Amino acid sequence: MSIAATQKRGFGAVLWDYLTTVDHKKIGILYLIGGGFFFLIGGLEALFVRIQLLVPENDFISAGFYNEMFTMHGTTMIFLAVMPLLIGLMNYIMPLQIGARDVAFPFLNSLGLWLFIFGGVLLNCSWFLGGAPDSGWTAYAPLSLQSPGHGIDFYVMGLQLSGAGTLIGGINFLVTVVTMRAPGMTYMRMPLFTWATFITSVLILFAFPALTVNLFLLMFDRMFGSAFFDVALGGNTVIWQHLFWLFGHPEVYILILPAFGLFSDVFSTFSKKRLFGYTAMVFATVLIAFLGFMVWAHHMFTVGLGPVANSIFAIATMAIAVPTGIKIFNWLATMWGGSITINSSMLWALGFIPTFTIGGMTGVMLASAVADYQYHDTYFVVAHFHYVMVGGTVFGIMSALHYWWPKMFGRILHEGMGKITFWTFFIGFHLTFFVQHFLGLMGMPRRYWVFLEEQGLDTGNLVSSIGAFLMSIGVIVFLINIFYTIKSKKAPADPWDGRSLEWSIPSPPPHYNFKQEPLVRGLDPLWIEKMEGKGKMTAAEPLDDIHMPNSTIVPFIMSVGFFIAGFGFIYQVDHSAWLSAVYVGMAIALGAMAFRSLKDDHGHHITKEELEREAD
Amino acid sequence: MKGWMGKSKVIFLLGSLALILAGCGKENLSALRPKGYGADSSMNLIILSIIIMTFVFIVVMLVYVVVLSRFRKKKGQEDYIPRQVEGNKTLETIWTVIPIILVIILAVPTVVATFDLANETGSEDGLNIEVTGNQYWWHFNYEGQEIQTSQDMYIPVGEEVHLNMVSSDVIHSFWVPSLSGKMDANPENENNMYIEAHEEGVYWGKCAELCGPSHSLMDFKVIAVSPEEFDQWVDDMQSVDPDEEPEDSVAQDGKAAFEENSCMGCHAIGSSPAQVGPNLTAFGDRSQIAGILEPTKENLVDWIMDPESIKPGNKMTGNYPDLSEEEADSIAEYLMQLQPSEVTPESAGD
Ligand code: HEM
Ligand SMILES: [Cu+2]
Repeated sequence: MSIAATQKRGFGAVLWDYLTTVDHKKIGILYLIGGGFFFLIGGLEALFVRIQLLVPENDFISAGFYNEMFTMHGTTMIFLAVMPLLIGLMNYIMPLQIGARDVAFPFLNSLGLWLFIFGGVLLNCSWFLGGAPDSGWTAYAPLSLQSPGHGIDFYVMGLQLSGAGTLIGGINFLVTVVTMRAPGMTYMRMPLFTWATFITSVLILFAFPALTVNLFLLMFDRMFGSAFFDVALGGNTVIWQHLFWLFGHPEVYILILPAFGLFSDVFSTFSKKRLFGYTAMVFATVLIAFLGFMVWAHHMFTVGLGPVANSIFAIATMAIAVPTGIKIFNWLATMWGGSITINSSMLWALGFIPTFTIGGMTGVMLASAVADYQYHDTYFVVAHFHYVMVGGTVFGIMSALHYWWPKMFGRILHEGMGKITFWTFFIGFHLTFFVQHFLGLMGMPRRYWVFLEEQGLDTGNLVSSIGAFLMSIGVIVFLINIFYTIKSKKAPADPWDGRSLEWSIPSPPPHYNFKQEPLVRGLDPLWIEKMEGKGKMTAAEPLDDIHMPNSTIVPFIMSVGFFIAGFGFIYQVDHSAWLSAVYVGMAIALGAMAFRSLKDDHGHHITKEELEREAD
Repeated sequence: MKGWMGKSKVIFLLGSLALILAGCGKENLSALRPKGYGADSSMNLIILSIIIMTFVFIVVMLVYVVVLSRFRKKKGQEDYIPRQVEGNKTLETIWTVIPIILVIILAVPTVVATFDLANETGSEDGLNIEVTGNQYWWHFNYEGQEIQTSQDMYIPVGEEVHLNMVSSDVIHSFWVPSLSGKMDANPENENNMYIEAHEEGVYWGKCAELCGPSHSLMDFKVIAVSPEEFDQWVDDMQSVDPDEEPEDSVAQDGKAAFEENSCMGCHAIGSSPAQVGPNLTAFGDRSQIAGILEPTKENLVDWIMDPESIKPGNKMTGNYPDLSEEEADSIAEYLMQLQPSEVTPESAGD
């Protein structure tokens, strides 16, 4: 099934192809589309927030609606936009970087995708069904327990579904990296983006179960009358916070580590140098991930855990600055002495360095517990995490999209528009969030629907809102760029003089990726071959039949089943007739599972002859 | 590109400068203008960390600027291949060790301050106030003094005041930026902290933990007065007679209407510890109505007629019979006349 054949098929056939695909590249693209869609929604919600805070005592939106806005903004950005965008990139690129034909569990990969999509849709259905969740993306008990309506129930069910999808995806990546590397691709020859994918998956594996458990506790409290968080009945609300941050802190590393990996690849490619201090970079990644689990209570300095706990968590948190600092300096050293090309992708990477340095620095400032008594829950924190999550992760995603777009879609994004996007977004970003550090210290707590007149907060908020509009312009130019690029000329297989394996195959790659597994002889395998004058990878195996998995609609149906059951769980509180939706949905899901288990599917082979016919 | 880079930097510099010139925020609200013990302690650490971090930032930016100005690909260099450096032990050791040292410099005073602020030795014989967070107002019970107030908390200047904090519903967070950092009020256990104001003043406080629709309106004031004035205030508050009839007839009607319409079911006047609604003993002296409105009778009437429009989601809405404009007016008159003490926010210079 070549690209040419795909293009000739009608819309219905393409749609069916994508609904049933188990190809990690198409799944990657679906993740990008889903994540991109939710990113626009999350951005729109942020705009609503910023419009409301344009001037003091504004009444653009009501208090309750405002709380729904920032809750959905945070939840959407973290769970439905940024993380899926990263998972999409990892899905598409990581197997290519290790020379694999597919991921370890193609079926599960597809299931993870559809669970994410249906979880996200379920969560957003709340907008139309009586109100979105309104207790912040952190949903602290007991506020989330007492929140009227079904908003929080949608939060619980939506995140449970999409969280299960993420967990499945993480396990899949882990096994893929462990078992599917090409001959010669030892661990210490893997590109940093692949390393980041690997470590991130470990974080997902250990962090998401904490979220799952917490959501179950809340679900039982809200839907089935248990009292884990009900103080009047002997429950404890601080448990929610511990479990939430036991998940939530690693979660921010799940968001940032892939960006670190990507930037390592980008700096090295566009400086024409190998990564400086590769080994240190790998160990720094591992160390950051480990410490990421040890510091959750720094979100809880003001909860009243006492000076011993606060001190321990303060020091553990500050320790993260050390491996992070190693990374920043190694990136600079990678560029030092290099031959630096500045294009759109590299611009985002270069913009990342000062931005993320500020974000990291404010992180250390927050770690100083007594200082945090002032910062906590104010706009200082809002500024800090946007410096990290936008200045790190979103910049990383933008850099990655410009970098890998030619690989994924066979076209190069327009450079001029790319630069406009960068500069408007970059300047808008700093306008929006730099002033927020001051707003916080000047007495503006976060999650404030209005700020009052004559508190000295007007100018800062105005500037901040203007910056948000500038960022939106950047995003719009980027969208135009995407549509414009559809008609541009074809990209070569290796437009950036790349160093890792994904650049050794055509753009976009055939669905079996590598006709013959490449033989890896060191770090930056393609670069090694180029330096030795060969210019392409040596094959590690003779040309032979390739085994590929079959497409299947079962993961989609299974997710539909869980989706229906989700509604059942939410509404059975109002009327027990809704229990039937639980039964029907679960029957569909379990039926699909049984079908999958009982029916053998051995996949198919692409014959040697076909491969030869497709040869260029 | 480089010109642009320059320009954007200038914008940030000017922006931040403008803010700093604006004076670091409103006096008595800003954490950057500490006027109390805890706020000093935080401020010292903020300054120390900013110094360390600025140093780090400058170093990073120096290298960054050198890299960008020296190592850009130049014309005619298309085929140039830089030396593929693997790493450098010495350099990497340097940028591991220096951050460790910097972190230690910050960690030690952090730990010292953390234990210092958690020290509660003075709480046994000092002034203790039980602080209760409620959606969306604060209750203050002067322990052992038979004084209950809400929204305005009087304290003596220069004395450690111990706050024992709980919440009656969801989690709130007690924050008076210019006096001290914040502390959560949890529903399940009591948290302790102390504050100490260096000078007289009316300090603005806020709730910092999301607690529902009117979270942003849960303001309160800490009023620091001289120890003599404080003693007098205590005397005045202790001698309030909740049953005392007001002098003029409108206020008398107001008092009657207040009692008839079950306002007393939630509120209290005097030292009884009603905690469904704010204690109104010194209402006429309050610096603000509902924590956010100018203390005028018109605003009070508006509040009584329709609290929902002012604080969405509050627990007063719908819990008393509909009032006529006239009744509300007389109740407002009565409440505004509740001024048991000479010591008021003005005494603290407001
Ligand atoms: C498009 C640019 C963005 C803008 C203009 C923006 C703006 C805002 C604003 C104004 C708030 C509310 C602060 C408050 O009242 O507490 C907020 C909260 C938040 N944002 Fe963003 N944001 C943006 C992008 C992002 C991204 C990319 C992420 C995540 C990766 C993110 C994560 C969050 C989170 C977690 C919250 C906290 C929500 C809560 O308090 O429950 N934001 N953002
Ligand atoms: Cu509150």
